[in-house]
Amino acid sequence: MALFTAESGWAGRTLCISDSGLTLTYGDLDTFADRFAAGVGERSLGFLLCENIPGVLMAYLSCLRCGAVPLLLAADIDPALLSQLVETYSPAWVFRPDALPAETSAALGSTEPLLAEYGCTLERRIGAVSPALHPDLAILLTTSGSTGSPKLVRQSRANIEANARSIVEYLELNETERPITTLPMNYTYGLSVIQSHALVGATILLTTRGVLEGDFWRFFLKEGATSLAGVPYTYKMFHRLRLPTMDLPTLRYLTQAGGKLPEELHETFARWCAESRRRFYVMYGQCEATARMGYLPYARSVEKRGSMGIAIPGGSFTLEDDDGQEVPEGAVGELIYRGANVTLGYATCAADLAKADEWHGVLRTGDMARRDDDGYYYIVGRKKRFIKIFGNRVGLDESERLLAARFPEAEFACTGRDDLMTIFTDGRDPALPQAAVDYLSGVTRLSHTAFSVTVVDAIPKNDAGKTLYIKLTPKEG
Amino acid sequence: MSNLEKYDKLFLSSFRVKPEDLPTLTYRGIPAWDSVGHMEFMSEMEETFKISLSTLDVLDFSSYEKGKEILAKYGVTL
Repeated sequence: MALFTAESGWAGRTLCISDSGLTLTYGDLDTFADRFAAGVGERSLGFLLCENIPGVLMAYLSCLRCGAVPLLLAADIDPALLSQLVETYSPAWVFRPDALPAETSAALGSTEPLLAEYGCTLERRIGAVSPALHPDLAILLTTSGSTGSPKLVRQSRANIEANARSIVEYLELNETERPITTLPMNYTYGLSVIQSHALVGATILLTTRGVLEGDFWRFFLKEGATSLAGVPYTYKMFHRLRLPTMDLPTLRYLTQAGGKLPEELHETFARWCAESRRRFYVMYGQCEATARMGYLPYARSVEKRGSMGIAIPGGSFTLEDDDGQEVPEGAVGELIYRGANVTLGYATCAADLAKADEWHGVLRTGDMARRDDDGYYYIVGRKKRFIKIFGNRVGLDESERLLAARFPEAEFACTGRDDLMTIFTDGRDPALPQAAVDYLSGVTRLSHTAFSVTVVDAIPKNDAGKTLYIKLTPKEG
Repeated sequence: MSNLEKYDKLFLSSFRVKPEDLPTLTYRGIPAWDSVGHMEFMSEMEETFKISLSTLDVLDFSSYEKGKEILAKYGVTL
């Protein structure tokens, strides 16, 4: 098993098949990785603009091999956010699909091509000097990428390797797997699917289509995909498509992460999988722990519906109070995870990329949880102010700041539940509610249906000027 | 309201487009008609015309024009 070095004897194995008809082997990766390394030159920071296409996969795996440090971003990122990240982190190179909007290319500054392959180009950013990089740093991911926070998570090779090995163990993966992409590669969950399968020499089916497109399922059937991964919203779509009635003989297992799955859906899919001799895994994780921390063993999925399971192999959970003391048996506490996949820490500026490990294997998740008598964990709430929209973490405070900057004449307070943010405003302009939704939807690249606006007379505040969220209730309907 | 008017109105309200955009409207062709928009749109379509669309038809409902052909299969004439 190898993610960071070439594996002898794998050269003829298929690494990926794309829906555009391109098939590449692990041997092709060996060749490409050498050219990529020569192009990048000395170890430096770059931006990898991601789509589920072969070039991006090859570039990502090449980075792991040669030690170049990529920040993974969606290729359809808002150009203004991209330009802010370029300014903050000064990447020396970019790897990008050739077909990008002009504004996105412009945000990258002036570049010259170093290597063109698979419909993508590796470009040097003219005049840019890479920030200093700590020797342990391997890759960077955004935490709340959609609201444009420049806050990144720093992951090491040891983090990636430990997490991928755990996943291989509990999902029982081997080289015969053929996962099909349903999530972006710049999203920690999507990336973990890639890494765990590349580690065992499996074949990744790359498609830019979504599960609501006929072409996605035609590709699935033609290439015999063996697994599906989804956030709660994906499972709503699977449910809408009546997935259990579809004829998918090659499908072996399904995974779910990216937020809590409604219990009815958990039960529906757990029962269907049990009856059809498939495996269904509800999982739990965060970018701060590389990807995965917990999983619910499939054999107990029906019985333990609503639970996210137990710690992954090599990790452990405790429930603690604010003083770091374990809470009494049966009580709710903050979920604390310990394991080799806890990442190095955050970065909020270029100088942070030179920092060493700050977390030392312990992560305070910010999620509140309880444990049942059998040792299974249930997430019951969150300490931090964010919601997940279609699996993407969206900071409520960051959303308020974005709105305040864009519409300085009004005040805003954001609350909500997963998949629906409620924006309170005291703005009087009748066009403001629609404009606010359009703006946040545009910046986050998330559907406008995930945002609703309630106009209030004034945003309630305490004497210190802090918003009193408890006094805000969204309008009906 | 005629069926065609109901059909057009669903597009106009779901995706906030103008009548002249309708003939060229396609799934993922505009930001509002993404996977999330599509799910709700399909539910509203079923509710409006009192039909239950098959999985294949939900997947194939990829444009304004294609949708007309699909509805015809369910006896909804536009």
